[in-house]
Amino acid sequence: MNTLVRENRNANQQRNEQFVTPAASVIEDGDVYLLNVEMPGVNKEGLEISVENNELRIIGRRSLPEIDGTLVHRESRSENFRRAFELDPSIDTSKISAHIDQGILTLRLPKAEQVKPRKITVS
Amino acid sequence: MSIIRYQPPETLAWSGLNRLSNLRDELDTLFEMPLWGNFGRQSQLFSGWSPALDLYQNNDNVIVRVELPGMRKEDIEISLQDGMLTISGERKSETAEGDKAERTERYVGKFRRSVSLPTQVDSSKVTATYRDGILTVTLSKAEEAKPKQIQVNVA
Repeated sequence: MNTLVRENRNANQQRNEQFVTPAASVIEDGDVYLLNVEMPGVNKEGLEISVENNELRIIGRRSLPEIDGTLVHRESRSENFRRAFELDPSIDTSKISAHIDQGILTLRLPKAEQVKPRKITVS
Repeated sequence: MSIIRYQPPETLAWSGLNRLSNLRDELDTLFEMPLWGNFGRQSQLFSGWSPALDLYQNNDNVIVRVELPGMRKEDIEISLQDGMLTISGERKSETAEGDKAERTERYVGKFRRSVSLPTQVDSSKVTATYRDGILTVTLSKAEEAKPKQIQVNVA
């Protein structure tokens, strides 16, 4: 039942708003994974990041200043960004942090303590 | 991944003299297309990206907006020659020594976009801003290219 409710909500969202999938990369840097997502035209205020049931969901809304003039040629898209990632259980979801700089959203996904390699000293 | 960037139908209206340069622009884009698979990933020669470019104009200015997420300001180069605006640069790799890229869809390396401007511009009056990963270049139209209102005195 729970699932059904969630599915419905998603369907509604999709009908109301169109999204594009932003390019992303995942880098393993020691004890953290770095997830970089390209969102040109999005600033801090336009971001919506949530984690639910090990699913990381990112929405980025563009806030571009209006240009006073007529459009001659266009290649950019006006849709907002949305992307979801399934998180590995080894990620400590309570310690995820995010920042955005020049259109690149960087999420730091720290590995949980129990999966970090550790040395056991023999006494 | 489409082979050629989707062009909305309204860009077709930008015809006449510009059609040739538009074609040239598209050919440039083709040459800069990244090849997928290992070959493209490993060879610096073929990696590249073609950032989306929008062009606007009003009575006084021509405005070019390019999506360039994650650049450093110093790595963006803008040049103007013979009515052709060229924006180029290089995006540095995001992985530092010792990091492991698990999966990447982002382009690193050089890019170059050229666009022929619809009117003459005053090359001494060009300004550019880079914010939220968007580069905006404002080029002031040359005096002779600005639309003029002619006053007609009716006797």
